[in-house]
Amino acid sequence: MESSLKNMVLVLFTITLLSSAAVGGVYMLTEEPIAQAKELAVKDALAQVLPQFEATTKQSIEVNQLPIVAHTATIAGETVGYAVESISKNGFGGAVRLMVGFDTEGKILNINVLEQKETPGLGTKMADEGNVLLASLKDKNAAEVNMTVKKDGGDIDALTAATISSRAYAEAVAIAYEAFKVASGAQSKAGDVTTGATKQEGGQHE
Amino acid sequence: MSNNRLSLIWKGIIKENPTFVLVLGMCPTLGTTTSAINGLGMGVATMAVLIMSNAVIAMIKNFIPDKVRIPAFIVVIASFVTVIDMLMQAYVPSLYSALGVFIPLIVVNCIILGRAEAFASKNGVLDSALDGVGIGLGFTLSLTTIGAIREILGSGSIFGLSLGIADYMPLVFVLAPGGFLVLGFLMVLFNKYLKK
Amino acid sequence: MEYFAIIIGAIFVNNVVLAQFLGICPFLGVSSKVETSMGMGAAVTFVMALSSVVVWLINEYVLKALGIEYMQTIVFILVIAALVQMVEIVLKKASPSLYQALGIFLPLITTNCAVLGVALLMVQKEYGLLEGLIYSTSTALGFAVALVLFAGMRERLEFEEVPKAFEGVPIALITAALLAMAFMGFSGLV
Repeated sequence: MESSLKNMVLVLFTITLLSSAAVGGVYMLTEEPIAQAKELAVKDALAQVLPQFEATTKQSIEVNQLPIVAHTATIAGETVGYAVESISKNGFGGAVRLMVGFDTEGKILNINVLEQKETPGLGTKMADEGNVLLASLKDKNAAEVNMTVKKDGGDIDALTAATISSRAYAEAVAIAYEAFKVASGAQSKAGDVTTGATKQEGGQHE
Repeated sequence: MSNNRLSLIWKGIIKENPTFVLVLGMCPTLGTTTSAINGLGMGVATMAVLIMSNAVIAMIKNFIPDKVRIPAFIVVIASFVTVIDMLMQAYVPSLYSALGVFIPLIVVNCIILGRAEAFASKNGVLDSALDGVGIGLGFTLSLTTIGAIREILGSGSIFGLSLGIADYMPLVFVLAPGGFLVLGFLMVLFNKYLKK
Repeated sequence: MEYFAIIIGAIFVNNVVLAQFLGICPFLGVSSKVETSMGMGAAVTFVMALSSVVVWLINEYVLKALGIEYMQTIVFILVIAALVQMVEIVLKKASPSLYQALGIFLPLITTNCAVLGVALLMVQKEYGLLEGLIYSTSTALGFAVALVLFAGMRERLEFEEVPKAFEGVPIALITAALLAMAFMGFSGLV
């Protein structure tokens, strides 16, 4: 077709308009399924890292300027554990997001990897069952663990050839523990939380 | 006639195989084939975009002034990519996070713009869609093959099923160098036995 | 220190071509001569740095403000395409000599997935404007480094006799595999 300024502008404008309308429409259609898929992933992770529970409430806590979501699990109003959605931005391929489960005393029950973009076969092992990272943290009280990898003088075994991924994992667990301290302190109203850099924000939702 | 149409699909798989013969779309070919399932997912996503964009471009080709042809094609392609992006996020979230940035990058996959320019802008809607099916299948097959080989050699499993040999396998095949290596050698085999 | 980590990480450790597989097409296509690969590297660096700033501003003040971040892919590719066109026009008028050196590479850049990829990754990593600029510039430098090294190897390969089925792209890919393996040696650096 011959090009003139008028038809070029007109055609491009029409195409852009129609495409945006189509994309906008699909966005509205998929908005809810996307939210549901994310919620489902969180629910699955909660079930994996917590003991049996009836209900959870969540609050957002700021640790090192990162918004961290902490879930408090209860049975008949009694707190049975905490699960923290933690994040480290320092993974090898981007952010590493973990769900860390604590009992009421701060013992680490289990850790679930929500999201990672690490190198396949190396850093991705953090999501495998029974990997060394998880093994050196599971069933230990977080207060008694030095949350850095052994190479940096801590207590956590790093994955072979994936030190950066392991550091990010350790950092995310450490952040989770900070958030746990705030969440459990707020819950029992002990009031003697000495978290320094952390501060509570937002309060309870739902 | 129907024979003709069938050959339209067939040529995309062998004679004009986008990966091994045309050597197009190398980035997703190497970047997403760390396992068979990732390769398959990427191939299918690309095929979906290719079929739809080919059909739509064939439909609207007569209304587009020549000078703005490429920008118009890019808008159409980018819209379909965004649609696929959102659908995958909603219904196959784990695959979506495995493929990462390569889903939006389907936009700049030269295969898609290339087919729009070389085929869809000259042919009818049905033929263009079929061309999309053929090229898309060729791309999907290539990616799945590369993914399967890298997964077997690198992590000792296939489609996520462990073969129980993981400990003896050289990890390098799922890493970057393995991608180049496997693709290179597959191309050699393709040149030797399938291309005439 | 953090900026230093971004720079080293983007050039060597997470090299855009050899570790992240972005921009493979020009990597294979424009790498037969060291001289042309340098031109391509320079053009990509220029466009990537410029586009990262523009894309960052648009994302922050238009897309986020309107709440339509899902339009990212469409908007970014159009911005990059428009930018490349503008650079071409401006360069032609302002500096004909530079245009002669880089001009032929510019149209190829729109479909260089490294440019769009870096723009998307920069937004995903939630970098600030300065961090984003540093990240994209060093990624582009990493691209240039890989391209020039690779071209050097291919110039030598030209004089070697390779089996017929290996000729062309296959042997280039196998060479790239060796280069990628060498780059893995950097992985302990950051």
